[in-house]
Amino acid sequence: MDIIVDNISKHFGTQKAVDQVSFQVKTGEILGFLGPNGAGKSTTMRAITCYLTPTSGDIRVGGYSIHENPEEIKQNIGYLPESNPLYQDMPVLDYLRFVAEIHKIPKEKIPGRIREMVRTCGLEAEKHKKIAELSKGYKQRVGLAQALIHDPQVLVLDEPTSGLDPNQIIEIRELIREIGREKTVILSSHILAEVEATCDRILIINDGKIVADGTSSDLRKKAQNKEILKITIEDADKNDIFKALQSLQNTQMVDILSQSGNSFELQSKPGTSSRRDVFRLCVDRDWMLTEMTPTETKLEDIFRELTMN
Amino acid sequence: MTTIWILAKRELKSFFDSLLAYITIIAFLVFTGLFTWIIGRTVFLMSEASMQSFFGVAYWALFFFIPALTMKLIAEEHSSGTLELILTKPISERQLVLGKFLAVFILIALSLMLTLPYYITIASIGPIDHGATTLGYLGLLLMSAAYIGIGIFASSLTSNQIVSFLLALFIGIFFHLLFELIARYFPGAIGNTLSYLSLSTHYESITRGVVDSRDIIYFLAVVFLSLFGAQMAISRRNYTN
Repeated sequence: MDIIVDNISKHFGTQKAVDQVSFQVKTGEILGFLGPNGAGKSTTMRAITCYLTPTSGDIRVGGYSIHENPEEIKQNIGYLPESNPLYQDMPVLDYLRFVAEIHKIPKEKIPGRIREMVRTCGLEAEKHKKIAELSKGYKQRVGLAQALIHDPQVLVLDEPTSGLDPNQIIEIRELIREIGREKTVILSSHILAEVEATCDRILIINDGKIVADGTSSDLRKKAQNKEILKITIEDADKNDIFKALQSLQNTQMVDILSQSGNSFELQSKPGTSSRRDVFRLCVDRDWMLTEMTPTETKLEDIFRELTMN
Repeated sequence: MTTIWILAKRELKSFFDSLLAYITIIAFLVFTGLFTWIIGRTVFLMSEASMQSFFGVAYWALFFFIPALTMKLIAEEHSSGTLELILTKPISERQLVLGKFLAVFILIALSLMLTLPYYITIASIGPIDHGATTLGYLGLLLMSAAYIGIGIFASSLTSNQIVSFLLALFIGIFFHLLFELIARYFPGAIGNTLSYLSLSTHYESITRGVVDSRDIIYFLAVVFLSLFGAQMAISRRNYTN
C-alpha cells in the first residue's frame, strides 16, 4: 500500500503545525522523517494514522482517503506513537490479545500471532508481567509488538528506538528493514545515523514545511556541491601559505585549523575543485604537501544547515 | 457491536483487576444493607413488606458511586496518552464511548442483581408488590444509565480524575435535586421545563408504577446527549495542541 500525502495543513488555533506538506511513499520503501522538535513530524504521522484530521488537504493510504474511509486505513496501519502509551495495568499477553481482537484477527489465529510477536520482539521472559512493571526498553518492544500483531501493510513508527540499548537498537533496525521489504514504513527519529542506516529515503521537515527530500546520498551530493579540503603543508611559512591558498582562483574561504602545525581548511566555490590547483601551487613553490583530504559532509551538517533559522 | 464488547470486556477486567469493582460492590451492598435492615427507616420500622427503603438508599448511593467508577474512563486515556493508541486502532469515537458505557452499566447491573436476596427475603416475610419492585429496579437502572452518561461526559472534559469526579457530581446534583427545587420558584413554562429536566421527577413517576413513554424517552435522551457530548469532547484534540 502506498501513502499519498496531498497538500495537508494542520492549524491549532493560530499556530501552523504543518503547512502544505505533500509527499508519497511507495510500497517496499522505508521513509525516514527528520526534523527538530516541534517541526511537525508527529502531527503529520498523527494525520496519516487518522488520529488528527488535517485542516486542509487529503491523505490516501492504499487508495483509501482519511476523510472517507478512516476505518479501513486504521485496520491496515500499525502505529507506534511517540511516547509509546500503553495500558499499564494490563499484563503483556492480555494486552496483545486485546489488540489482536480489536483488529479482528480470527480467533483461532490469535494465539499463533501472539506467540510470533513475543518471539520477534523478544518478550519471552517478561510476557506474564504487567506492562507497568517492565523497563523502558521492554515497553518499547510491547509497543512494537502491538503495532505489528495484525501484520499491517503500512507501519508508522514515531521514534521506534528511543529507550533501547545499542544491541536492541540494532535488532529493531534489522526488524524494520526486514519488514520494509514488502511493506510501507515511515519512521521518525532524532538519531541521524539511524535514519541513514535504516531508510531508503529521507524527508527533512522544518517549521511544518518539507525542506529536503531524497536518499541520503542525494542529500549529500547537494551539500557536497561545495568541496572542502583539509590541507597540511610543511616547510613553509604559515602566512605565505594562507595568502597563496586564498589567491587560488576557485577558493571561497580558507581557515587555519591549528596554531602549531600548518593545517588549513579550504572551501572551494560551488561546483568547482581546488585539488589540482593546490598541488600545482606546492610544486611551483617547492612546498611539501603532506595531507590533502576531502572532508565528507555529514548528514548532521546538512540537517543543521536546513533547519537552523 | 463486537468492537464495543471487546472494549467493554477490557474495561470490566480492569475494574476487577484494580479491585475497584469489588470495593464498589461491597461498599454498595454494605451501605444499602445497613439502611434497608438496621439503621433509619428500615423495613421493620415501616412494618410493611416493601423495598421502598432500599430504593430510597440506592437512589443516593448510586448517585455517589457512579462518578467514582466513571471518573477515570476517559480522563485517564487523556493523561496517559492511550487515547492516541486506541483511536488509531479500527475503533471510532462512538464505539469507544459506548464500550465504556456498557462496562459500567454491566457493573451496576451486577451490583443491583446482588441485592436480589433482599427482595427474596422481604417477599418471604410478607406480601410484596412484585410490580412495584420490578419498576423500582427498572427506575434504578435507567437512572444509573443517565448518571453513567453524565459521568463519561465529565470524564471526557478533563485529564484530571478528581476534577472529573467532582464535575460529574456537580452536573449530577442538578438532575438529582436542584432542578426540582429551583422549579418551585418559577411558575409557568420555566418551572415546567425545569421540572421536566429533573431526573427525580421521572424516577419517581416510574417507581410509583406509571411507566410513561415520556419518562423512558427522558432517560434515553440524557444518555444519548451526554455520550454525544463526550464524543465531541474527545474530538477536541483536533483544535488544541
